Amino acid sequence: MNQNTKVKEQSQTPTNTLNFDCETGNYHTFCPISCVSWLYQKIEDSFFLVIGTKTCGYFLQNALGVMIFAEPRYAIAELEEADISAQVSDYLELKRLCLQIKHDRNPSVIVWIGTCTTEIIKIDLEGIAQRLEAEIQVPTIVARANGLDYAFTQGEDTVLAALVHRCPEYNKNDSETTQLKHPPLVLFGSLPSSVAGQLELELKKQGIKVSGWLPSNRYSKLPHVGEGVFVAGVNPFLSRTAAALMRRRKCTLIGAPFPIGPDGTRAWVQNICDAFGIESKGLDLREEKIWEKLEPHCKNLRGKSVFLIGDNLLEISLARFLIKCGIIVYEIGIPYLDQRFQAAELALLETTCHEINVPIPKIVEKPDNYNQVQRIRELRPDLVITGIAHANPLEARGISTKWSVEFTFAQIHGFGNANDILELVTRPLRRNNTLDQFNNNYSTESWSNQKNWS
Amino acid sequence: MKLAYWIYAGPAHIGTLRVASSFKNVHAIMHAPLGDDYFNVIRSMLERERDFTPVTTSVVDRHVLARGSQEKVVENITRKSNEENADLVVVTPTCTSSILQEDLALFVERAQIESNSDVILADVNHYRVNEFQAADRTLEQIIRFYINKSKKLSFEKTSKPSVNIIGIFTLGFHHHHDCREIKRLLEGLGIEINLIIPEGLSTTKIPELEKAWFNIVPYREVGLITANYLEKEWNIPYVSISPIGTIDTGIFIHEISIILNKIDPENNINFTEYAQQQAYSTSQAGWFSRSIDCQNLTGKKAVVFGDATHAAGITRVLTREIGVNVVCAGTYCTHDANWFGEQVQGLTNQILVTDDHTQIGDIIARLEPTAIFGTQIERHIGKRLEIPCGVISAPVHIQNFPLGYKPFLGYEGTNQIADLVYNSFTLGMEDHLLEIFGGHDTKEVITKSLSNETGLEWSTDGLNELKRVPGFVRGKVKRNTERYARNEGLNTITAEVIFAAKEALSQ
Repeated sequence: MNQNTKVKEQSQTPTNTLNFDCETGNYHTFCPISCVSWLYQKIEDSFFLVIGTKTCGYFLQNALGVMIFAEPRYAIAELEEADISAQVSDYLELKRLCLQIKHDRNPSVIVWIGTCTTEIIKIDLEGIAQRLEAEIQVPTIVARANGLDYAFTQGEDTVLAALVHRCPEYNKNDSETTQLKHPPLVLFGSLPSSVAGQLELELKKQGIKVSGWLPSNRYSKLPHVGEGVFVAGVNPFLSRTAAALMRRRKCTLIGAPFPIGPDGTRAWVQNICDAFGIESKGLDLREEKIWEKLEPHCKNLRGKSVFLIGDNLLEISLARFLIKCGIIVYEIGIPYLDQRFQAAELALLETTCHEINVPIPKIVEKPDNYNQVQRIRELRPDLVITGIAHANPLEARGISTKWSVEFTFAQIHGFGNANDILELVTRPLRRNNTLDQFNNNYSTESWSNQKNWS
Repeated sequence: MKLAYWIYAGPAHIGTLRVASSFKNVHAIMHAPLGDDYFNVIRSMLERERDFTPVTTSVVDRHVLARGSQEKVVENITRKSNEENADLVVVTPTCTSSILQEDLALFVERAQIESNSDVILADVNHYRVNEFQAADRTLEQIIRFYINKSKKLSFEKTSKPSVNIIGIFTLGFHHHHDCREIKRLLEGLGIEINLIIPEGLSTTKIPELEKAWFNIVPYREVGLITANYLEKEWNIPYVSISPIGTIDTGIFIHEISIILNKIDPENNINFTEYAQQQAYSTSQAGWFSRSIDCQNLTGKKAVVFGDATHAAGITRVLTREIGVNVVCAGTYCTHDANWFGEQVQGLTNQILVTDDHTQIGDIIARLEPTAIFGTQIERHIGKRLEIPCGVISAPVHIQNFPLGYKPFLGYEGTNQIADLVYNSFTLGMEDHLLEIFGGHDTKEVITKSLSNETGLEWSTDGLNELKRVPGFVRGKVKRNTERYARNEGLNTITAEVIFAAKEALSQ
């Protein structure tokens, strides 16, 4: 069966409509429990307890590198053989650990992260949490962020979806809400507070007030949600949170592209204005000014080609922005694509491709890394956005790479941070130029021990 | 359940993967959920590996939970066997697959029929063994498999004395440098290297292990099971002394001479002269500890913690060769507690065997040593307590995979250890002096803002925003924002101005 040839033909056939493909799902990504690393920092009075095995602990310890040593507010409840074979009571074990956490750290909320193991041995985390919460008087929520069901950033989605149930009920007659000129707006997605501040300011310029964020930086300050509250997501991987807000709390979701890149930010602000019937002011000019600033980067990027291997669900938004910058995107790999939650983003991708007049890249859901490497070898893109597992081997074969995880941790949202995205994207290209310029004998073509494809 | 922030020895499958991916042309398939393939990231990052790590996952997802792996594992094995043209595929269970209790052995049997590669199932239990034990077992399992397979082949011993070095493999602490140093040492003794196991070894070469006169197991943690097996199977003796420090390297060489003389009594080999000459010329450590500078280290308190090999070795060096007072020596290799106890008996005030980092943290805090020799975890404990730490054992970070030649074993190793010990202590002394004299006198000047009399006013939200900027760049952000405000003719700095300044500067 010549699967590779088939795939190659597809990837070289230009299309004018969105084209979705699904492969074997054999790809590298971070385990979704990695979300504790940024969420414990975001929610300052929380404690995250990952209920899993040594494998989970080893991953967190290695993936988060230095971060782990700054007295983290997270820990592993390491399951031992007696837990697996049900020789001890899960309830008593968890009670012992949570009392210890309460005593040592006194958090406002304990978040239990369910893992593959708790799924397989079917520990009733939700049931035990409810019972313990009443007994030890610390709010305890459960998020099943496991590798059986989710990839990397989707971990945050499971935590936020669980937090939705703890948000206080919105009250129409609240003095704060009666003063608003528009229905209350709650944004969801965990962002560094300065980035959140920038997005709030952007909306403020349109006369829109942000009533709250999910998550807020303290558990005690969760936003009020309920019927009549409008919600908008800031990241493409939050589909479960969106669903929970709509179905469980009767909020109205504003479908929009995500505020990544000036084009995305503009569309995001515009869609929120439209939802409130507010006529936007000065958005065109604002976007234009940012593009002017980006021009020096774009000038170097035009005509360059990028291949996104896919591991963090930011891929569609990033590709859309890069295409707008004049880059040719060969393939958008993505772990999981919620076509409803990302509908506006997909539509903007399509429009952007038509506008720039380039074929729409193929979107590959659940990609197969082995096949992708074969396609990369064939296409030789100027840049591959990929996880670390492939980065050094590709660099050794003369393919420039950018580590995809950096896009998750860098500040990439809003008008002000568009430049940072391009800084990330152009860094490997600039590095290679610098090295080649000063040392022709060791240029990418000839540096010692360069690997051949085989 | 155990509350844990840090772990010392990784999970079992990591050990199996480290061994499997060290062999040439061996592919490992993990039976694991998405994201458990983090091994590939570690290897690619820490070893700066140029090749794709030969490890893939047969993904366990909801479908597998519901219906079992069925054809999936077999298909993945045959697919990889064809794509990679691998000599051997090692199927690796994980913590997840351990509790699924699928009959992986049956899948392996079926895949063996359909694929051109050899296929074996790593015989490790996630809940009973750790990374090191699993590596030790997997190595023996692979060696045994190929020796059994090639029963009809038989090799003569090499004409000159030769040796197999067992236990050099990927992600080992300074393994590549150590291997080179041992080779150099053996070359000096006129002993040839037969094979190095498993790093870079092709499985087809495994039967040729028989050609060696004896085996060397430099690290306690991995290789002993294999060496024992080879001794039983082919009557190959082995040396399991770790040549850490001048004294133990001397004993290591002496053991080798005993073995060689036993095999061929007529040779009457004596390496004493060589060992002495090396200890005086290649190694500076002996002279170093006699030198005047080193007097200051006499009786200084140190805590040692690490894997059994390194913690024992370094404890012996510190006490017997440098004169440091090791107030506590410990290891996280709880399965090897007896051996460790014997090694450091009489050389330390307290022996600690635990894999709970809080215990070590507490002991360090209580004993207040002048320096710590431990893993990256102790390094960070030391940072918090302001005690310098030299890293002597895994778990390690990328800085412990140096590009330069830094062995821990053999005579060059003694130099490296001496430097490490000395640097840890002098840094401690420097810190101490700085404290006495009130720190570096330049501190004030560097942090003094140039914008004190600018007439600019910071609004509350501006100040709040500034507080959110990480401390180490806050001064720069403040200066840039004020410069921007002055240029724009603004008197009050609000959060908005900070963002605008960032935008303006971000070109």
